[in-house]
Amino acid sequence: MDSRGDGDPQLDAFAVDVRDLLDRNVANLYSHLVTRPTGRAVRIAIEAQLGELDLPALSLVDLSSVSILDFSCADEVVAKLLLARRDRVRPHRDVFFVFTGVKLHHREPILEVLARHELTAVAGGEGMGGAFELLGAAAPRQVEVWTRVERLGRVPAPRVEEVFPELRERRTVEELVDRGLIFRHPLRGDLHALRTLLKETA
Amino acid sequence: MKVIEVPETLDYRSGDRLVEALDGVESEQRCLLSARHLRWIDPVGMITLLGVGRELKRRTGVAALFQAPESGQVSGYLGRMGFYQPAGEVMDFEAPRRRGGAGDSDVLLELTRIGENHDVHAVVERVQERAGAILSRTLRYPPSAVIQFAVILSEVCQNVLEHAEAPGWVAAQSYNWSRRLGRHVLILAVGDLGRGFRGSLASRHSGRFGERWSDATALEAAFIHGLTRFPDQGRGQGIQQMRKQVRRWDGVISVRSGTARIADVPDWEDLPPLEQDLPMFPGAQITILLPERLPEDG
Repeated sequence: MDSRGDGDPQLDAFAVDVRDLLDRNVANLYSHLVTRPTGRAVRIAIEAQLGELDLPALSLVDLSSVSILDFSCADEVVAKLLLARRDRVRPHRDVFFVFTGVKLHHREPILEVLARHELTAVAGGEGMGGAFELLGAAAPRQVEVWTRVERLGRVPAPRVEEVFPELRERRTVEELVDRGLIFRHPLRGDLHALRTLLKETA
Repeated sequence: MKVIEVPETLDYRSGDRLVEALDGVESEQRCLLSARHLRWIDPVGMITLLGVGRELKRRTGVAALFQAPESGQVSGYLGRMGFYQPAGEVMDFEAPRRRGGAGDSDVLLELTRIGENHDVHAVVERVQERAGAILSRTLRYPPSAVIQFAVILSEVCQNVLEHAEAPGWVAAQSYNWSRRLGRHVLILAVGDLGRGFRGSLASRHSGRFGERWSDATALEAAFIHGLTRFPDQGRGQGIQQMRKQVRRWDGVISVRSGTARIADVPDWEDLPPLEQDLPMFPGAQITILLPERLPEDG
């Protein structure tokens, strides 16, 4: 953990340019994220880097250099990273993932693997107008609560009840925190949109 | 010596006629695979021909003798498609002399061996350079189709690596089916002589089918229901996604394995959706036909 004050989000952050990982860990020849072994190699490299971090951590997975993403790779890189959060004994249970540089043609494989595993990801990229969105399995009430946090960027703990006056909304907040789609400051209880953490931890 | 005549037309509809000839082949029997009268061959036919050659070698223990087509046009085309190199690994023959200069090839994807992960990367890389013009100008697909086609290609080749446990081949080319369909069609073929869908799925899924377990039920399990031998929920998407994309392009996708073939067939084609009791051919052969878009398709 770094030396930021407790008013700052306590997150260790690192950015992963998937192309860099691909180049370094698989082969310099490959410019496409295709085939399951390639995806597996990329994911293992990301997980190895995550192992170096203090938790909780924010992981930025940048797909902007990936020209082709097939379904097998999307499953290995996107779905399996998120699935590991469900495993309460694995170290990256407390890692928050943001996928950036998502191009229009990445969306179909990503949406498909997220739907298959009933997962949700925070993503930004082409066709999203510079904004971030929830991709994958999310109920309308989850999207609505997430969008409110996203719009505000940060909800200080004392204002949570004001912003989410209904109990069912606050329960939804809990679900989103548990699924790693919103970050809650472990000491102050403030809610943070992952988008804002990208800037704050840059 | 047993003489096996290659039909005059060897394509995605007629390959079974050649496979039938494997039935009577005996151990240590020298065979002549005569393609003298071959007049027309597509990527499916080429992969069938290679597969039959390799299967003859496996069954007899002796490489078959291959007689190249008399037609210079057909023989030259086989050369441009890179047929003779892999053919030389499974059959004995004197390679026909090359006619004309090397020149630029109009081939979309030459016959390429798929044996390892990096072969798939190489194929995707190569086809991307060439597919753009064919998909956009010839088939009139939108520019994004190049990437979707590359994804299909990647998934179909991975099927060989993940399930066959044996190397395979892939090839693709576009044709002008002016008389038959009045449109251009892209043909993509992938084939292997591995353990096939029945063999791949048996340990995990055969029990629930009991006596009904067969090549056809194994194909239905994988093709229709997306089952695989892996317990991982993320597996089995490849074929489902290929089917979805091919359907969007109004194309055909068929998978032949063992003694059965299953297919998604649009209105313009009359292949049956499921065929059983076909002549036994090991491994799996996947065929994709993508037709040119018509102006009314928008």
